[in-house]
Amino acid sequence: MKPQNSVKFIFPSKSVNEAFARSAVASFAAQADPSVAELADLKTAVSEAVTNCIVHAYRDEVGQITMTASLYADGRLTVVIADRGCGIEDVEQAMQPMYTTGGEDRAGLGFAVMESFMDKVRVHSRVGKGTRVTLTKWLGGREPFAT
Amino acid sequence: MQVTMREEGDAAVAMISGEIDHHTAQKIRTEIDDSVLEGGKTRLILDFSGVTFMDSSGVGLILGRRRLMEGLGGSLVVRSVPQSMRRLMAVAGIRIK
Repeated sequence: MKPQNSVKFIFPSKSVNEAFARSAVASFAAQADPSVAELADLKTAVSEAVTNCIVHAYRDEVGQITMTASLYADGRLTVVIADRGCGIEDVEQAMQPMYTTGGEDRAGLGFAVMESFMDKVRVHSRVGKGTRVTLTKWLGGREPFAT
Repeated sequence: MQVTMREEGDAAVAMISGEIDHHTAQKIRTEIDDSVLEGGKTRLILDFSGVTFMDSSGVGLILGRRRLMEGLGGSLVVRSVPQSMRRLMAVAGIRIK
């Protein structure tokens, strides 16, 4: 299915851009008339995914983050957040709650929060090549898979 | 984001306002830790009533301050967490009274 509307952002992996990223996606999603709770969930999940790029993928450098948000006729919103950083050796392990390689003040909850706040989360990663996280949420009170 | 430190009896209180993410958490952490270590209080209260957004960096902030206070032989209290952020706390296994 082709999206009804789509936007793409490319920005450097600087922590100051975390707020920009979640606000930009929330602004784009507003056209689907989401609830306040849905927008809050979306902003939280996007913030987690972008933070992962900054803290883990580009741990010792500043790289590019590509974020693409798309809206579909069935009320589905997808946000693809991709980096060309170090990649994840073991995605399954990285998605375990409380697992982190990011230092003592990282909670290790990024993927757990994404999975809790979105309807679907997919992660593709190759070591040395980068990681692509796809977040999916049905907005406006629509049920997943309803057409 | 802003942190205002004040005293309530035997406790140091950090009034946090604005958004907590990985970017802002670093500054919040420094301001709280410096104040606690300088002030000598062994009870720390994190007041979230002014927080408008929080991701798991806020949870990391709480867990880190708990470790700090335990290391000082003290304790940590988290209060006034807005309803919209309680689900995030639940994901982290933090129970709010």
